Order: sequence, then structure tokens, then C-alpha cells
Amino acid sequence: MKRHVLHPLWVAVGVVGLIFLARLVLVPDDFGVHGDSFTYNYYRLGNIDEWKNFPVKYQGSDTCVECHKDNVRTHRRSPHKRVQCENCHGPAASHPDDIEYLPLNRERAMCLRCHADLDYPESSARSNLPAIVDRHHKRRRECVTCHNPHDPREDVE
Amino acid sequence: MSCSRRNFLKDAAGAAFVSSLPLSAFVILTTEEAKAAVAAATVRWGYLVDTNKCTGCGMCVKACKNENEIPYDAPVTRTWVERYVVTKDGTTHIDSPDGGRDGFTSDKIRDEEVDPENIAKAFFVPKLCNQCDNPACVQVCPVGATYKTEDGVVLIDREWCIGCGYCIMACPYGVRFFHPDHKVADKCNFCYHRITKGMMPACVESCAFGARRLANLRDPDDPVTKIITTERVAVLKDEYGTKPHVFYLGLDNNVR
Ligand code: HEC
Ligand code: HEC
Ligand code: HEC
Ligand code: HEC
Repeated sequence: MKRHVLHPLWVAVGVVGLIFLARLVLVPDDFGVHGDSFTYNYYRLGNIDEWKNFPVKYQGSDTCVECHKDNVRTHRRSPHKRVQCENCHGPAASHPDDIEYLPLNRERAMCLRCHADLDYPESSARSNLPAIVDRHHKRRRECVTCHNPHDPREDVE
Repeated sequence: MSCSRRNFLKDAAGAAFVSSLPLSAFVILTTEEAKAAVAAATVRWGYLVDTNKCTGCGMCVKACKNENEIPYDAPVTRTWVERYVVTKDGTTHIDSPDGGRDGFTSDKIRDEEVDPENIAKAFFVPKLCNQCDNPACVQVCPVGATYKTEDGVVLIDREWCIGCGYCIMACPYGVRFFHPDHKVADKCNFCYHRITKGMMPACVESCAFGARRLANLRDPDDPVTKIITTERVAVLKDEYGTKPHVFYLGLDNNVR
């Protein structure tokens, strides 16, 4: 073969070799097809564990019992029992270790998420909730001055 | 040694073809590996949204953002709640302020008053990733950074994603977005870190009304699976052939 043919050929072979070498170094060992489809299951296996180890933040109301028995007991027998503690108090992941006091959110806006009157037809799930009109219901006062958030049936004066 | 131009071109084309194949194209599963893959698949996550029960309180959106470290005030979210108000003349008003993160506390829709006397129906529809069986977003990823796990959840490899945005364009449901901190594509993964520990996704846990529920579709005794298999459920954009796995009870024709 003539030199002007061989020369570029070697260059091409060299480039391809370099690409393979780079792939060997750069692509992790666990990268490949893990499953039955090349289209959907071509990935780095280690990433699954990375996602599994993502920190959990919402603990669930059951974990509060241990330390806040009274609140949990009141809450469980109230019409608010379906509303998770952490919906109102925020995620309790690092509580009470790092965050000793979970915030007490007394804003009207928090209660209005469920109780603002939208005046929708019966068929709307929203219409099944007891509703108030923000503008007319005891304006500018926190709801919890009159309603107990853990059992809203009590203490209304 | 002689080399005709014809032969050289033939060889060069062959070499180019072979070298363009990724090595992994040659990986063939052994029988044992294939069996293991099938046996392990005892879980296929699905999701049920009951639009009849959603009150639009937005607690799910708030919980999702906190749980998954999505910047709280950035205009991106993994799940959102849409409000539909259909008036008697047939017009549909739709909004989702901040994805419904702070709930729906005003009856104005996009600053527009709708006369309550005139409303025929009003409802809320939560949306999230459909964890499709044929995910378009995975097909288009040029680097293998997004994929479907054995239990059916589509994940994104944050180390591997180059942020090209193809998947964001490809998703027919618009659930993908660009994560402002990590600079990669992001979307709902059913809280993979929670469901693999036996917990519920944050949105399901925070829903006081049972409008959002998780199902293991491979478990015939799963109460939510029973609803999906025995009641009349619908999926979004069935015609795209993506085989979505978020099922809706009471889905209205106005919902797209
Ligand atoms: C290991 C025990 C423990 C657990 C579990 C726990 N807490 Fe607490 N919590 C505390 C302590 C200690 C304080 C400090 C103030 C106190 O004694 O009331 C506190 C304070 C709080 C406060 C603030 C009270 C105030 O007066 O400012 C809230 C709200 C709260 N916790 C909610 C929760 C919720 C919701 C959960 C469940 C997700 C929870 N806690 C789980 C121990 C706990
Ligand atoms: C509807 C929202 C809401 C829910 C649900 C809720 N809380 Fe509260 N919680 C509040 C508010 C608002 C305050 C502040 C009350 C005040 O200042 O009078 C509060 C106060 C507290 C306090 C401190 C004061 C006190 O009363 O002891 C604790 C502890 C607490 N909550 C724990 C819980 C636990 C545990 C649960 C779940 C069983 C729960 N909360 C569910 C809204 C809520
Ligand atoms: C996640 C939704 C949600 C939030 C947030 C919420 N509530 Fe409620 N509230 C409910 C539900 C559900 C009921 C029970 C309705 C029923 O009895 O069918 C209820 C009932 C009530 C009632 C009527 C009780 C009765 O039967 O007389 C009052 C008053 C009330 N809530 C006040 C509050 C206050 C104050 C806050 C804020 C601290 C609040 N709610 C936040 C969902 C919510
Ligand atoms: C000054 C005290 C006070 C404040 C502040 C207050 N309420 Fe009330 N609320 C009452 C009283 C009294 C009633 C019962 C009589 C009535 O309906 O007016 C009531 C009734 C309700 C009811 C039941 C309505 C029904 O149809 O059963 C809801 C829901 C409610 N309030 C929610 C709220 C919310 C949410 C806030 C804060 C945005 C709030 N309230 C602030 C005193 C208060």
C-alpha cells in the first residue's frame, strides 16, 4: 500500500484507539444495560443507590407520638386528624436534634389553604370543607387566637 | 500488496461503522442474568389521583418542594395542582399560581372574577411525572443520564446529565425542568428515597384528603392497585403511546 494511503489510515486508527482509551478511563464500570431494553435501561447502576440515599425530611405524624403525646392525642380525635402535623409545622427531619423548636406557623394563610371560601358548586371537593370568607371572618387576627389548630371544635368564643 | 480504491473504501466504511458502535451494544444477558431481572421485578410503582377529592390546598406541592430540595421560590416544581373552572357557557378557566404551592385562596382566576352563579363545575387536578413505560424523555437522552429502573420509576443521574434539555422538550406532560442549583434536568421520581424504604411519597403523605395514592401494580392485593384495575380510570395523553402510570379517577375532558 502507498504511503499516502497508509498514513491517514494510521491516524484514523489512532484516533479511534484514543476514543476507546478515553471511554475506558471516563466511563464508570457500572455503566451499561441493566434491564431488558437498551433504550430505557442504559445507565450508571450506582445512581440508583445515590437516589435511595437522598435524605428523608418528612417523618410522618406517627413519629411525633413519642414526645408530643398530648398534641397527638388531641389531634387524633379532632376533625383535623387527617391533616398531617408536618403540613402545618414543616418537615421534622432534624427535629429535635438540630432544630429544637419547629416553627409555629400562625399565619391566616396556612388555614385559608383549606378554609378560604371559593363558592364553588356542590360537586367540588372544596365545597365539602367548612369555609369562611377571609375579608369577613375576624379580620387581621390569627385564627389560632380563637380556634385550637389541633382540635378546631374547642374553645370558640 | 495491492489495494484498489474500491477495497479501501469498503474497508474504511466497515471500520468506521464498527468503531462507531458503543462497546455495550454487544452486551448480551446470560440466561441467569435475564431470569434474575424478571424475578426481581416484583414491584412496579403506579399512582392514583382522585380528582374528586382534591381541594386545592397545595400541601402536596409544599411538601414535595421541601422534601426534594427544590428551591422554594424558584418557578419550578416537581408536582403542581391545576384549577379548572368551567362556566355555564362552556368556557374553561385554568390557573395554577406558583404551581398551587400556597393553595387556592382567592376565587379570582388570573386576576379575573368569575361569577359564582355562572360556574357549572370547578375542580383541581394534581399533576406529576407519569413514570411512563415508554418514556420519551429517556429515548432522547444523548448520554444515558436518564433511565427506567426495574420498578418502573424514571430517574435522572445528576452526575451524568449534561443539561442539554432534550428531555425537557420531549416530555409530552411538561413535568421536566432545569434544576436551578444542580444545573441538570429534574422531575418527580415518586420520592424514590422514600418508597424504597417503605414510606409514602411526600405528596401522598401530606394529602389530607386521599386524593393522591401510591400503588404497587404487581401486587394484586394492594388496595390502590385494586382500584386501578377494577374501577374506571384514565391516563393523560394516552394517544402518545408513552404508557403513563399515573391513573386518574374522575378525569374531566377539559384536562389536557
Ligand atoms: C425525640 C422527641 C421529639 C420528637 C420525635 C418530636 N419532637 Fe417536637 N419537640 C421536642 C422537643 C424537646 C421540643 C422543644 C420544646 C418543647 O419541649 O416543647 C419540641 C418542640 C416542638 C415544636 C415547637 C413547640 C414550641 O413551643 O415552640 C413543635 C411545633 C414540634 N416540636 C412539633 C413536632 C412534630 C410535628 C413532630 C413529629 C413530626 C415532632 N415534634 C417530633 C421533641 C420531639
Ligand atoms: C392545622 C395545622 C396544624 C396541625 C395539623 C398540627 N399543628 Fe401543632 N400547631 C399549629 C399551630 C398554628 C400552633 C401554634 C398554636 C398557638 O400558638 O396557639 C401549633 C402548636 C403546636 C405545638 C406547641 C404548642 C402546643 O400547643 O403545645 C406543638 C408541640 C405542636 N403544635 C405539635 C403538633 C403535633 C405533634 C401535631 C400532629 C399530631 C400537630 N402539631 C398538628 C398548627 C397545627
Ligand atoms: C389541609 C387542610 C386544612 C388546613 C390547613 C386546616 N384545616 Fe381546618 N379543617 C380541615 C378539615 C378536613 C376539617 C373537617 C371538616 C369536616 O368536619 O368534615 C376542618 C375543620 C375545621 C374547623 C371546623 C371545626 C368544626 O367542626 O366545628 C375549623 C374551625 C377549622 N378547621 C379551623 C382551622 C384553622 C384555624 C386552621 C389553621 C391553623 C385550619 N383549620 C387549617 C382541613 C384543614
Ligand atoms: C376572633 C375569633 C376568631 C378568629 C380570629 C377566627 N375565627 Fe373562625 N370562628 C370563630 C367563631 C366564633 C366561629 C363560629 C361562629 C361563626 O361561624 O362565626 C368561627 C367559625 C369558623 C369556622 C366554621 C365555619 C362553619 O361553617 O362551620 C371555620 C372553618 C373557621 N372559623 C375558620 C377560621 C379561620 C381559617 C380563621 C383564620 C383565617 C379564623 N376562623 C379566625 C372565631 C374566630
